Amino acid sequence: MKKITRVTIQTADFNVADEIAALRAQDPRVGAVCSFIGTVRDHTQGEPGKISSMELEHYPGMTEASIEAMIDEAFKRFDIYAARVIHRVGLLQPLDQIVLVVVTSAHRGESFQACEFLMDYLKTQAPFWKKEQTPEGANWVDARVSDDAALAKWGITARNG
Amino acid sequence: MKVTIKYFAGIREAIGSGQEQRDTTAATLGALRDELIALGGAYADSLARGKAVRLALNQVMADESIALTEGGEVAFFPPVTGG
Repeated sequence: MKKITRVTIQTADFNVADEIAALRAQDPRVGAVCSFIGTVRDHTQGEPGKISSMELEHYPGMTEASIEAMIDEAFKRFDIYAARVIHRVGLLQPLDQIVLVVVTSAHRGESFQACEFLMDYLKTQAPFWKKEQTPEGANWVDARVSDDAALAKWGITARNG
Repeated sequence: MKVTIKYFAGIREAIGSGQEQRDTTAATLGALRDELIALGGAYADSLARGKAVRLALNQVMADESIALTEGGEVAFFPPVTGG
């Protein structure tokens, strides 16, 4: 079976269909594929001429390691076959894709759960920071307490927000 | 002991540097934070007690009670907001 990279941090965009095809092609046991795509919201919707962008910073080394560790944890908790996480950094525009999580399993329940688990974990444990550029200036996005609560439902204390 | 200190996001911007080497007598991550706060200026502002600051030691999330180690890599950053 071809070994597929599990975690990639990149500035370039990703192709969801290609990533899913790669995970499926390596494993005929797969009967379910779940994916999550996070995208840049346009906060300036309906206000022509007011373009905002978003800049993403990460901690090279720790970011990759922390996501590898959360995938290891997902494999312990759920009966899944493969997991893939791609997260973009650098300057992004409204509607751009930010993050991709894909999980494969035999049946839907395990991959649905593992996909949500990975995103809940990533939101509070992976070192990324978003900075929004708005017409009024730039500001760092605040962490949300609701993200800590999302991780708590898996029995993990986040202590982030 | 010598440690490498990294700063990210708003803290990096405030301090004006992403990384520095320091000699410290601090025994724990919390004591190192206090040492930096005592420098005043942007250090005191961005790392002030009461501000949401997260820490990592050797690229693993860590509490302030964790002991510093010779040659360790300490990071100070705001709560994370990826995804």
